[in-house]
Amino acid sequence: MTNNYVGQRVKRTEDPRLIKGLAHYVDDITLPGTLHVSFVRSIYAHAKIKSIEIEAAQTVPGVVAVYTGQDIAGKIGPVPCASALPELKVPDHRVLAQDKVYFVGHPIAAVVATDRYAARDAIDLVMVDYEELPVVTDVEQAAAGGPVIHESFGDNIAYKMTSGEGDIDAAFAAADRTVKQRILHRRLAPIAMEPRGVLARYFPGEEELTLWSSTQIPHLMRTQVALMIGIPENKLRVITPEVGGGFGSKLNVYGEEALVSWISMQLGKPVKWIETRRENMQATIHGRGQVGDIEVAFKNDGTLLGLRYSVFADLGAYHQLLTPAIPTLTGLMLSGAYKIPAIQMNITGCFTNKMATDAYRGAGRPEATYVVERALDLVAADLKVDPTEVRRKNFPAPNEFPFHTATGLDYDSGDYEAALNKAQEIAGYAKLREEQKKARDEGRLVGIGVSTYVEICALGPSQAMPAGGWESATVRIEPTGKVTVLTGASPHGQGQETSFAQIVADELGVGINDITVIHGDTGIVQYGIGTFGSRATAVGGTAVLVAVQKLKEKAHKIASHMLQSDATRVSFEGGKYSLQKAAAAAATTGTSDPVVPVGEAPAGALPEPQTEGKTSLSIQDIALAAHLAKELPPDTEPGLSATYFFEPKNFTFPFGTHIAVVEVDRETGDIKFLRYVAVDDCGRVINPMLVDGQVHGGIVQSIGQALYEEVVYDEQGQLLTGTLMDYAVPRAKHIPDFELDRTETPSPVNPLGVKGVGEAGTIGATPAIVNAVVDALAPFGVTHLDMPIKPENVWRIINGH
Amino acid sequence: MKKAINLSVNGVSHSDEVEPRMLLVHYLRDVLDLTGTHVGCETSLCGACTVLLDGQAVKSCTVFAVQADGAAITTIEGLAHNGELHPVQEGFWEKHGLQCGYCTPGMIVTAAQLLDRNASPSREEICHGLEGNLCRCTGYQHIIEAVEYAAKKAGAQ
Repeated sequence: MTNNYVGQRVKRTEDPRLIKGLAHYVDDITLPGTLHVSFVRSIYAHAKIKSIEIEAAQTVPGVVAVYTGQDIAGKIGPVPCASALPELKVPDHRVLAQDKVYFVGHPIAAVVATDRYAARDAIDLVMVDYEELPVVTDVEQAAAGGPVIHESFGDNIAYKMTSGEGDIDAAFAAADRTVKQRILHRRLAPIAMEPRGVLARYFPGEEELTLWSSTQIPHLMRTQVALMIGIPENKLRVITPEVGGGFGSKLNVYGEEALVSWISMQLGKPVKWIETRRENMQATIHGRGQVGDIEVAFKNDGTLLGLRYSVFADLGAYHQLLTPAIPTLTGLMLSGAYKIPAIQMNITGCFTNKMATDAYRGAGRPEATYVVERALDLVAADLKVDPTEVRRKNFPAPNEFPFHTATGLDYDSGDYEAALNKAQEIAGYAKLREEQKKARDEGRLVGIGVSTYVEICALGPSQAMPAGGWESATVRIEPTGKVTVLTGASPHGQGQETSFAQIVADELGVGINDITVIHGDTGIVQYGIGTFGSRATAVGGTAVLVAVQKLKEKAHKIASHMLQSDATRVSFEGGKYSLQKAAAAAATTGTSDPVVPVGEAPAGALPEPQTEGKTSLSIQDIALAAHLAKELPPDTEPGLSATYFFEPKNFTFPFGTHIAVVEVDRETGDIKFLRYVAVDDCGRVINPMLVDGQVHGGIVQSIGQALYEEVVYDEQGQLLTGTLMDYAVPRAKHIPDFELDRTETPSPVNPLGVKGVGEAGTIGATPAIVNAVVDALAPFGVTHLDMPIKPENVWRIINGH
Repeated sequence: MKKAINLSVNGVSHSDEVEPRMLLVHYLRDVLDLTGTHVGCETSLCGACTVLLDGQAVKSCTVFAVQADGAAITTIEGLAHNGELHPVQEGFWEKHGLQCGYCTPGMIVTAAQLLDRNASPSREEICHGLEGNLCRCTGYQHIIEAVEYAAKKAGAQ
């Protein structure tokens, strides 16, 4: 039997524990004597702390300790920012506020108690005396000399940066026409359904600390938390159990992680903190938050000449791990799917009295795709041509890849027109336009929106990453024939336990249930980078593939020795090494069972593999022989295990076309989806079911961004969207019936040919939806609308208010 | 101040003394160690904590344990019988109705109630029935298909 898992719709091996309610997220782990932390957080956006009284809180029964900024000064290092931009201003970001608070939700004190109710009671009794300071929440005001947030910097500008290639001034000078549009990207809240959570346990004798954390990056966290609290990195073990979603919000190192670890060391007890949803809205990173002007220069025939995007990036009060880097990713993707000879990006990154922005699903790239795809519609409207025509005109042809952009990238592979054609075909585009015309004649407001996106994924070469862009994998076969895979790409819902097992099962010819994929434990898995930037399969999966191939090389050597044959005369198929004459026969006999079937292990020794007279040996036979080490070829190490660290040479560039069809209700301004067609090309597909799931989820987050979601602070910096009552995450009734399809253009960057799909939906869909609504309202002269497009805004347009 | 409660959870009787303010979800998770029921928002908006109280889907983050005195509770751990998955659980596995899995227990329990009340719901009725449950990963389409699968499967039995 030759396996054929890759490319198949394989049900997830991680699901049984999840659907039975038997999986373990951080809060599901309880250790004897666990103490609980609750935080006192700032109620002001900008204030001096005049005094903190903790005595009343300390008297609450069950309260064990209260810590304030003074207690940790000089003891816990700053919250790290990994972005290294020239002349970047980096505020001193401590895990508890020192003498000032800078945003609503800024942690001021930590109360530790024997149960969570007592801790929660006690925080209300911590009296903080504040002196309010002037607040700046608007990013342009912050840049223009509003109240200075970090006094030592003199202003609120964290950095300025200009990037891009080509002569932008010449492009605009040579243009027949130009369009310009101011575009807002509101702040969004990632809203992983599981809020953040930390459990720390210190072992004073061993001087070891174990930290359970809901994170996308266990190893990077280990390094950073070790540095922050001053424990040797190899004495800190980070365990990432089940993670209930991340979307970038857990691609970070937060103050709470270090503080809870440190408290556990102080008290010698297990200490747990589970974020409340209100805290999650206030003090987990937000996404997006840009205000910019896009300008495009083009010829009368639609040929694009130049693109300039000048943006103010709302960074918030402090930098989190990647805060300043996110807008630079926007700059990288401003060429979109088009040939644009000159591109310029001007970023002004500013401090505001709000929570930090950072990576939220797409992380800077949705902003790029959105402005480019909106701009292309503006160009089409200006030229009075169909939006697809302008796009088609400026696509690079498949034979122009690798395609160099004026943002300095080399796109790996692509056939943008094929994806557009396919999407148009599925949607019945020409007919849709006719129907739209008819609908308009009847007074109905129907709009069709197209987005032909490209994204940058599989992050990435280490040159482009602050902490390495590779990924690690170990594959080993245990003496009993069971296969263990270790990956550094710790997942949070993506299904790597299944997709990585598919890759290994095909390579080894073993059943998928004989494989266990282990991740998220720094005590077991060698260093890894993590799951973000649509990188897990392209980088982590490739590491797994090469590791298993390395393992097979060794197994081949051992098999040849055991079969007393030359390696060239032994072939591997269907899980068996066979002498070539016997190969055909062996291949038909099926995958061999593990040497020791589960539940039938003999009490004594493992059975010796029998080689006498055999013409083929299973991979499990080889594994056992490799461990018993009695019959190995000379100079061969015992054991059957291989490790590989894969460093990609380039990013990958998935692409596709999304077409949204909407109808706007004239009476209510409500927006209803009539169709949603998405043709995505994420390279080779390992598991189409998982790919569809990623695409659906991403598109619905885009629907949220386009129509419902917005983090709102008032002028005093109070967070108005503090619960899920006020922050509108899409629900089941809000979604269209998705019509998905794919084109498949393999990436030359990795041997799997995969490109990545985790963020395609949040990148490709938003402009398609907005373009559709704008198109629906075109009869009213609308050429642009800012997100979220709420019924009220639409109603006002229709009713001329 | 503690108050005695007697209730049945997944067919097992429990008698405990609890603080009157203890939430049902904390009783289930912290006292009974049934951690399959999750907390996602503390304001009954996300539905991750949904359990059945005398057959009715309730958000256990906004029910006090003392309110469940005398009730029969079913949590996600109690849906499978004799090792056999509930049709909704099977549907979620079959149709990839979950990714991170955090909303899943509440979603499955809600869907189980939905099918109890309406054995063959339309897509619209499914969406309406799941309106109180948030999922941030799946985009709902596979969840809807999972419920349709379960309805079909249960109907065939």
